[in-house]
Amino acid sequence: MVEFSLPKNSKIGKGRIFPAAPDAKNVKPFGIYRWNPDDGANPVVDTYEIDLDKIGPMVLDALIHIKNDVDPTLTFRRSCREGICGSCAMNIDGENTLACLKPIKDVKAAVSIYPLPHMPVVKDLVPDLNGAYAQLRSIEPWLKSDTAPPPDSERRQSIEERSKLDGMWECILCFCCTTSCPSYWWNGDRYLGPATLLAAYRWIADSRDEHAGERLDALEDPLKLYACRTIMNCTQTCPKGLNPAKAIARIKELQLERKI
Amino acid sequence: MNATLTPRIDVMRSQLSRARGLGSAKTGVNHWWMERMSAVALVPLSGWFVLQVMRLAGSNHDDVVEWGGKPANSSMLLALMVLTFYHMQLGLQVIIDDYVHGKPHLPASLLMKGVTFLIGLFAVIAVLKLALAPSRKAGA
Repeated sequence: MVEFSLPKNSKIGKGRIFPAAPDAKNVKPFGIYRWNPDDGANPVVDTYEIDLDKIGPMVLDALIHIKNDVDPTLTFRRSCREGICGSCAMNIDGENTLACLKPIKDVKAAVSIYPLPHMPVVKDLVPDLNGAYAQLRSIEPWLKSDTAPPPDSERRQSIEERSKLDGMWECILCFCCTTSCPSYWWNGDRYLGPATLLAAYRWIADSRDEHAGERLDALEDPLKLYACRTIMNCTQTCPKGLNPAKAIARIKELQLERKI
Repeated sequence: MNATLTPRIDVMRSQLSRARGLGSAKTGVNHWWMERMSAVALVPLSGWFVLQVMRLAGSNHDDVVEWGGKPANSSMLLALMVLTFYHMQLGLQVIIDDYVHGKPHLPASLLMKGVTFLIGLFAVIAVLKLALAPSRKAGA
C-alpha cells in the first residue's frame, strides 16, 4: 500500500536557530530542511533569521547569503539565477518553484524551504533526479526522421507548424511539475510524470519528426501515460507558466484518434 | 554512508533500465475512453431515474410494479444498472492502481471486480424480475 506518513528515519525534527544581528531592522525567518547523509541523523529544519535589507529580492539571494555569510554547510543547486537552468527547483512556502524566480515578499510569514517532494534526498535541498532524467531519456527526446535533411539547409517548418511547439520548447526540465504530482508520488516508478510527457508531446507535435506513431505506441500504457488523473498540480506549479496537463490531454486525444 | 538509502540508489540496475521497465502494455486507451463515455451516458440516465422516483413518490407497491413492468422503463433501468456498475468497476480500478502496489494489486483488483459484478448482477436480476413479472391488471 501507499505510505501516507514519513518513514521513521525521515521524520523531521527541530534544528538550530541562527539569529540575525541585533541591529537588523527588516528580519524574516527562513526555515530550511537539512539532512546530511554522513551523520546518520534524521532531517531537521534549521531557522535562519535574515536581514532582508542586506540581500537581493529573491529566495535564491537569501540562500546564497546564508551559504556565503551564515552557514557554509547549507547545500543546494543553483546556476543561472534567472530561471533558465532549472537548477534551483525546490519547495518554497509549500509550492514547487525556482528559488531564483520566487520573490521573498510573496511569502507572508516565515519562508519554509524543502527539497522537491517525494524524491530521494542527496543532501539538504538537493534531490536525486536520476530516475526522472532516465524517464525523460526513455521517451527519446530527439528528432527521429527517416527522410534525409536537405543537403544545403536545415529541415524547414512553416510558421504554423513551428507555433505548435510554443508552450513546450520553453520547458527547462526543473521537474517542479513532476514532483508536485500525487500520481507521480504513488507510481513514479512507472508513471512518466508531466515533465517527461510534455517533452514526449513536444516531439509528437513536431512537424519534422516522423515517428509519432511509435512514440504513441511507447506511451500507450495504463501507468506510463494514463496514471495522469488530471489533478493539474503540474500546471499550477510550473515556474515557467507552461501547461503540461494540456500536453498530456493532447497525447490522450491522439491515442484515441488513431483508435476510432 | 547511511545504509537505509532508497533502493533507487543502492541497487546496480541502471536508471534507464528501470525507466523503460517492461515496456508499454499497449493498452489503456479503452479503459480511459469507456470511463468517460459511461460517465456521459449516466448523466441523462441518472436524471431520468431521479425524475421517475420523484414521480413515483407516495405510490403503492402495485403502481411501482406496473411502472417497472413497462418495457421503456425497464430498458432505461437496465441501462442505468449495467452502466453504473461498469463505470464503478472502471473507477475503482483506477483507485486500486493508485494506492495498492506490489503483490496485493492483482488480488485486490480481482476481488473488486468480483464484488462489483455480483452487486451489478443482483441489480439486473431485480430489474428483470420487475420487467418480466406477470401484469396484475391482465391477471385480474
